[in-house]
Amino acid sequence: MTGSPYDPLIHELAADLKPVRRLPPPALRALGWLGAVAAIALALAAFSDLHALWERISAAPDMWLAIIGSTATAVLAAIAVFELSLPDAPRAWAWLPLPGALLWVAASGFGCLRAWVLPAAHVALLGEARDCLIFIVSLSAPLSALLFLMLRRACPLQPGLTATIGGLAVAAAAATLLNFFHPFDAAATDLIVHVIAVALVVIANRALGGRIFAAPNFVRPA
Amino acid sequence: MTARTLQTNVIPADKDGALLPPAFRGMAVLEACGNPQCRRLVSMAEPQTRSADDLRRSAQMAAAQGGDRAAYEALLRDCAPLIKAIAGRQGVPADRIDDVVQDVLLTIHRARHTYDPARSFMAWLRVIAERRAIDLLRRVRRHGAREFHAPLAMESYADEGADPARGLAQADASGRVNEALAKLPPRQREAVEMLVLNERSLTEAAAFTRSSKVALKVNLHRALKALRGKLDRPG
Repeated sequence: MTGSPYDPLIHELAADLKPVRRLPPPALRALGWLGAVAAIALALAAFSDLHALWERISAAPDMWLAIIGSTATAVLAAIAVFELSLPDAPRAWAWLPLPGALLWVAASGFGCLRAWVLPAAHVALLGEARDCLIFIVSLSAPLSALLFLMLRRACPLQPGLTATIGGLAVAAAAATLLNFFHPFDAAATDLIVHVIAVALVVIANRALGGRIFAAPNFVRPA
Repeated sequence: MTARTLQTNVIPADKDGALLPPAFRGMAVLEACGNPQCRRLVSMAEPQTRSADDLRRSAQMAAAQGGDRAAYEALLRDCAPLIKAIAGRQGVPADRIDDVVQDVLLTIHRARHTYDPARSFMAWLRVIAERRAIDLLRRVRRHGAREFHAPLAMESYADEGADPARGLAQADASGRVNEALAKLPPRQREAVEMLVLNERSLTEAAAFTRSSKVALKVNLHRALKALRGKLDRPG
């Protein structure tokens, strides 16, 4: 037992040992974050015109699919990010949000044809589309902060990938919540702005989250 | 929390259940482990799918999560050769394997609360060790990409400032630097070794020394100031 070159380090680590609270299962922690998003959704619903929302989405079935797609992306990406935050998580978890994301992109892509399919539909002007971008980015900031706060005790060994999937969860949740205040049907301009907003959120999360997760103090157990 | 010693630490290799029939392996560990937390764990475990060694390490980690230093120390000592083997399999050069072992030991320490004793400890350790080994290989590759090997260019380069007496002067200076370095306080010496001699980044050095980046910077600054003072003095 004696004479190992690692003995001083092992001794130091053992001397530093304190009892730790085990991390709850990732699915449970994901549920916590999604619960907070649902609470925000309820609060936003109180200020939105639900009747107009219902009329809008019942007139365009692709919007239903787009909302289901973005919601599924948010839920699946949230589960994936809490799984990926564990040091032994397989990278394959990063593929989990793919089905939701495909549905979201495909259904939203159908909106590009709206101007031809439904000429009477009110499509977003550039100024209105800019409001969408501001909404998604602004709502993503507190949602990202909450996500990082909930991941503070995790120890991801794939910080870039974890932060990217976290960004996708946040952006998808913000895009879903945008539907409460989206008084026009999705069209090409609107879709492009949504893509830019989602990309901005994912890139910002990757850049910021990657650094936060990689910092040793961030992963120090409580 | 008071330290509780796991009896599993002192079980000889031939009595840890490895030679027992599969049906008795879990029982062997249960009997050997005096910790109630450990007993709960073993009763949940499936002896058919997890080896006795794995169950023992899981029990030690569960005890470490509760603050048992003796079990933790025994577990880390037990892990070191396993990490070395995993790093070797990943293609880590022999002279960098120690770096991977230290990285993994630090990661185990920081991530110990993420381990779920209902799952295999060896699988947990293997993934962490493989990832740390890959991180190190990437670092080595990045470092290698910045340098180039051109022995002929070096040989054909005429050093205009070549001075036969310089070698002696350098040897003398390096001896004085080593002597001055040895006289520094341990934390300052550690900062110089990590950041200057080993060329580690602030983040890596902070993880290794378990101190903050600010403290490292302060220690390095003080060390350089002290070294400058000592080396400027004649004799």
